[in-house]
Amino acid sequence: MKRLLSLTLVLSIFLTACGASATPTSAPATQAPTRTLTVFAAASLTDAFTEVGAAFDAANPGVTTTFNFAGSQALRTQIEEGAPVDVFASASGKEMETLVTGTFVVPDAVQVFLTNKLVIILPADNPAALEKLEDLSNPGVKIVFAAEEVPVGNYARQALDLMNASFGTDFKDKVLANVVSNEDNVKQVLAKVQLGEADAGIVYTSDVIAAPDLKTIEIPADLNVIARYPIAPLTKSENADLAAKFIEYVLSAEGQAILAKWGFAPAK
Amino acid sequence: MKKLRELSHQIFGDGYSKWIFLLPSLILLAFFALPLVALMYRSIAPDFLVNALSRQAFQALKLSLITSSITTLVAVILGTPLAYLLARWKFKHKAWLELILDLPIVLPPSVAGLALLIAFGRRGMFGSLLSELGIGIPFTTAAVIMAQVFVAAPLFVRSARIGFSHVDKQLEESAYVEGATQWQLFYEVMIPIAIRALASGAILTWTRALGEFGATILFAGNLEGVTQTMPIAIYIGFERNLGVAMALSVVLILVSVILLTITKQLDKEEE
Repeated sequence: MKRLLSLTLVLSIFLTACGASATPTSAPATQAPTRTLTVFAAASLTDAFTEVGAAFDAANPGVTTTFNFAGSQALRTQIEEGAPVDVFASASGKEMETLVTGTFVVPDAVQVFLTNKLVIILPADNPAALEKLEDLSNPGVKIVFAAEEVPVGNYARQALDLMNASFGTDFKDKVLANVVSNEDNVKQVLAKVQLGEADAGIVYTSDVIAAPDLKTIEIPADLNVIARYPIAPLTKSENADLAAKFIEYVLSAEGQAILAKWGFAPAK
Repeated sequence: MKKLRELSHQIFGDGYSKWIFLLPSLILLAFFALPLVALMYRSIAPDFLVNALSRQAFQALKLSLITSSITTLVAVILGTPLAYLLARWKFKHKAWLELILDLPIVLPPSVAGLALLIAFGRRGMFGSLLSELGIGIPFTTAAVIMAQVFVAAPLFVRSARIGFSHVDKQLEESAYVEGATQWQLFYEVMIPIAIRALASGAILTWTRALGEFGATILFAGNLEGVTQTMPIAIYIGFERNLGVAMALSVVLILVSVILLTITKQLDKEEE
C-alpha cells in the first residue's frame, strides 16, 4: 500500500511538472493558425502532387499540405491501421473499395480524377537489345516489376494476360520467369531501370516524364490496361473542409493542367 | 532553493528514493515489451499455423536460415584473422581501419544497400568489370549474403578482437619461449582461450544477418525463394496478408530469443 501511494505521488508530481512546462510554450499563439492537410497518394503521383500541393498551399494561405507517397497498397494498410489522413489518392480502385468496405472513406465521395496507362522502360543503352514487346520473353532478360499487390504490378500482369492472346499462351509465364525482383512501388521499378540494374520494367506513361533519359517501348491500346485513379476524403478527417477543397482543386481545370503536364490523362 | 531541497528530500528521501530509478526503468521496459506482447497476442489466431507454414513463409525462412548461416561462416573465416591482427599487431593508421569496421554498424542499412549497389551493381565501379565476365550480382542470393556480411560481419570482428586482446601477454611470451610458431600460438593458445568471445560474436552476427532488411531490399530486391528473406516477406506481407507477416514476425522473435539466450549462457560461462 505504501509503495502504491508513493508511486501515485511520484507520478502526479511528474505529470504536473509536464503540464506546468507545457502551458507557456502553447500560450503565444498570436499568429494566424496554420493548418496541415495530410494527403496519402500513390507513388506514381509523387512529382505531380508535389506541384499540385504547392499550388494549393499558395492559393490557401495558412494551409500546409503534406504528402505520404508510397504504393497504394501500403497506404491502404497504413490507413486501416489508423494513420491520421485527410485525403487518399489511389492508383487502383481496388484499394479504395477495400477502404469503402471498411468505412474508412465515404462511399459517395469517391471520384476518379485521372487515368494512366502502362509503358515498357529500358535503360538508355538498352543492354538486352530489346526492340519490341515480344522481346520481353527472350531468355535471360532481366525484368523488374512491381509486386502483384502494388497497383502497377497488378496492371502489368493484366496486360500480360492480354498479350498472351497475341504472342502465345505461354508468353506471360516466360516473361514472369524473367522477373528478377518484385518491387514495392512503381518508383522503385523506375530507379532500378534508371540505374541500369534491370534490362526492362513496366511503369506508367506518366513516370517517364520525370525520367526522359529512358528508352521506352509503347504498349498498343488493345494490349494496354487503363489505370483509373480514385480520390476521396477520409471519414475520420479532422479537416473535412480542407479535404473537400483539395479534391475540388485536383479536379479543377488548374489542377488537371498540372496533372496533364506530368503525363496523366483526364478522367473522362 | 533550500526549501526545494528539503521538499525533494521529503518526497524522495527514505523509502521513496528508489522510485527515482524504478519509475523511468519501468516506463522504458514497458515500452520495449508492450509492442512485442501485442504482436504475439494478435498473432494468436486459428490461422497462425496455416500462415506460419504457408509456402511463402517456408521459402522465406529457408532462405533466411541459409543466407545468414553462410554470412556467419564468411564472417568467421575472414573475420577471425582480421580480429587477431587488430588485437595483437601494432601498426600505423590502425584507428582508420577500426573506423572502417565500425561504420557499417552505425550506418543506416539503406546507406549500405545504396553503397553496395553503386559499387557492385551492373553499372557500378566494380560491378561493371564483373558483368563483363558475365557475373551479375544484384537480384541474386549472393547479393543477399553480401548485404548481410556488410552489416553483420563487423559485429563478429569486434567481439573476436576483444576476446583475443584479453589473452595474457605472458602466456604468449612463454609460448614463444617454448618454440611455438605463429600458427601454433594462434591455433593452440589463442583460439581455445578466446573461443567463447568468438562464439558469441558469431551468434550476434547471425542474429543481425537474420534481421537484415534495408540493405537487402535495395541491393538484392524482392523475389520469392531467391532474395525474399523473412524481414522482406514481413514487409511485403504487411501489405497483402497481415496474418503471414505477423506469423513470420513471431517466428523471428522466437529464433532471436533462442540465439540471445545462447549468447547469454556463453557470456556467463566466460565470467
